[in-house]
Amino acid sequence: MTQVAPPSFPHRHLLGIEGLTRPEIEGLLDRADAAVDVSRQVEKKRNVLRGRTQINLFFEPSTRTQSSFELAGKRLGADVMNMSVASSSVKKGETLIDTAATLNAMRPDIIVVRHQSAGAVHLLARKVDCSVVNAGDGAHEHPTQALLDALTIRRNKGRIEGLQVAICGDVLHSRVARSNIISLQALGARVRVIGPTSLLPSGIARFGVEVFTDMREGLRDCDIVMMLRLQRERMNGSFVPSVKEYFRYYGLDGDKLALARPDALVMHPGPMNRGVEIASDIADGAQSLIREQVEMGVAVRMAVLEALASHLPNG
Amino acid sequence: MSLRPLLLSNARLLDPATGQETPGSVLVREGRIADIAHGAAPGAPEGAERIDCGGNVLAPGLIDMRAFVGEPGAEHRETLASASAAAAAGGVTTLVCMPDTNPVIDGPAIVDFVLRRARDTACVTVLPAAAVTKGLAGREMTEFGLLQEAGAVAFTDGLKAVTNAQVMRRALTYARDFGALIMQHVEEPDLVGEGVMNEGEFASRLGLAGIPREAETVMLERDIRLVRLTGARYHAAMISCADSVEIVRRAKEAGLPVTCGVSVNNLVLNENDIGHYRTFCRLAPPLRHESDRQAVVEALKEGVIDAVVSDHNPQDVETKRLPFAEAADGALGIETLLGAAMRLVHTGDIGLPRLIQALTAAPAKILGREAGRLTAGAPADLVLIDPDLPYVLDKRQLKSRSKNSPFDEARLQGAAALTLVGGRVVHRLPEIAVAA
Repeated sequence: MTQVAPPSFPHRHLLGIEGLTRPEIEGLLDRADAAVDVSRQVEKKRNVLRGRTQINLFFEPSTRTQSSFELAGKRLGADVMNMSVASSSVKKGETLIDTAATLNAMRPDIIVVRHQSAGAVHLLARKVDCSVVNAGDGAHEHPTQALLDALTIRRNKGRIEGLQVAICGDVLHSRVARSNIISLQALGARVRVIGPTSLLPSGIARFGVEVFTDMREGLRDCDIVMMLRLQRERMNGSFVPSVKEYFRYYGLDGDKLALARPDALVMHPGPMNRGVEIASDIADGAQSLIREQVEMGVAVRMAVLEALASHLPNG
Repeated sequence: MSLRPLLLSNARLLDPATGQETPGSVLVREGRIADIAHGAAPGAPEGAERIDCGGNVLAPGLIDMRAFVGEPGAEHRETLASASAAAAAGGVTTLVCMPDTNPVIDGPAIVDFVLRRARDTACVTVLPAAAVTKGLAGREMTEFGLLQEAGAVAFTDGLKAVTNAQVMRRALTYARDFGALIMQHVEEPDLVGEGVMNEGEFASRLGLAGIPREAETVMLERDIRLVRLTGARYHAAMISCADSVEIVRRAKEAGLPVTCGVSVNNLVLNENDIGHYRTFCRLAPPLRHESDRQAVVEALKEGVIDAVVSDHNPQDVETKRLPFAEAADGALGIETLLGAAMRLVHTGDIGLPRLIQALTAAPAKILGREAGRLTAGAPADLVLIDPDLPYVLDKRQLKSRSKNSPFDEARLQGAAALTLVGGRVVHRLPEIAVAA
């Protein structure tokens, strides 16, 4: 792969896709392509972040995102510390701001934050001196997920411009959906959202997406079918009547997928509820990119950390 | 204690009863307006103090129908003393304090406590509103008769709506017999749900759960049906959207004893002011779309909305320096009520006489008070307004014990230069001199 030096990333934090330009997003994807190559070597270690401290601060439990950020940091040579809410003083009533101030005093270089409340990562970023990466804030944004999805699509389709992408399911509560809508539109894709109206955000059409409540209709001619996770507490009568009914109308099975383009590819940010939003045979089938998304996740996070490294003091 | 007579000369007298602005002067004696002279000032009586008003607007002191104080129970946020100092600095001479205290203002003894504390520590008139239901629990009604005798000026469950329709029906029925005023916070809590801001595109972009306008309109429609059934006096504490304006308009056209207020926040701010998750703009009712803001401004101008309130709700860093969805509702307001509302005058959206009427005579009428008038014999609760004074609000200068002002660092124009309560000066800017 030919290596062109990516343009420098002009932001100190990565708090969301919103506010990034298309060249900035593409620059991160180019860096990530290179990081994929690094990760596939026997010797995976680089020294971009050698001597740097990265704290993964997770207020919400997460296995894959946290380990993905941990691996990414370690492959770049950083010292990585994981802090999860169960072992932190937040449980003892310490506020987010106090936690931020405490961690800041330990002089980390990068803090990766996941929090259950929208805007919490922005709040924290204003109170610390280091770079902050948003690993998901409430139903707001999950920028590295959108970047890894874009990378996965670009590597498989060769382009993003002009593709028809359907984002299906619980868009209302999904930060993945919001970040992906902004990112994919910035990269030139046409985006549809598909779901029951009870799971679609108010005013979603104003995001410039096409809205479908009939999945069969919405999947027609799609190049990419992106499924979203439906949280267990929303399955039983609060937002949709039952798992059975949800799967019948909004679960991705072979019949529904057949309505998309024959070369359509299936994605899911994980963790999946098999038999709820996606049938097992589709999740494991030939059109599925779900495993590859995980690999791209590490690469994209390496790219983001590397891009932010240029803003670190003495960097 | 006897005060020397005071002559306020060289003023533009704004009489909210007529909406007229005329040059003139006011003589204050023994806590009341003794005389009003139009045109050139008469000579001051022997031994009187004199204040040259410098051509500024002299109006009745503002009456704020909705302020949360925190005494008793949350004195770290606000006391009657600090709230009244903030009120005085903002030209507010009467405030109605909400019953959301600890203990709740739901019995005559607590009304009595608040009134005595206010007498001893507050520099403006404090009128307690008592709870509609015991402990604000929404189930059993309080002693409307005894509470009124003790000095409760109205009945409200404060931040909470009376949600049970049967409880509301009985409260209204019983209140009618005592001529009591029920003030409802019109928000259906089930429809608010987990919502934290106005439902719509902006909430969706921020990833925040929305509050539909129907949370307000459903409750308002229900209440108005119950008012028609019972004939009780009903005041919707604050409305925030265009549909609510139409509901109130229809109720008034039908001759029902319905009045309503609006928070100054909903008059001059909209949901976009939340920006990047500013918790000081997290309010109940929420800041709405710009079209709703324009609708409530228009309704205020027309008189469909009767009164403007500050919805003063002091909160501290523990309840506000949090992620938006985890923060408490509420903003400071009593000290900035006038300055913020003056934005509408400076933009030409509303005339100063109507604005002042909605801040004085209208609430006085709803509450059945003799204040809010600029006539001989009325209490000498007065505010001298410098309508053009420009300043940048600095929250550190606010008198409140809390600092959660949505107008921090805002450019405002118009302020109280002098405030009198019962003829006594409770606030005075340095530019206003008192001559012996």
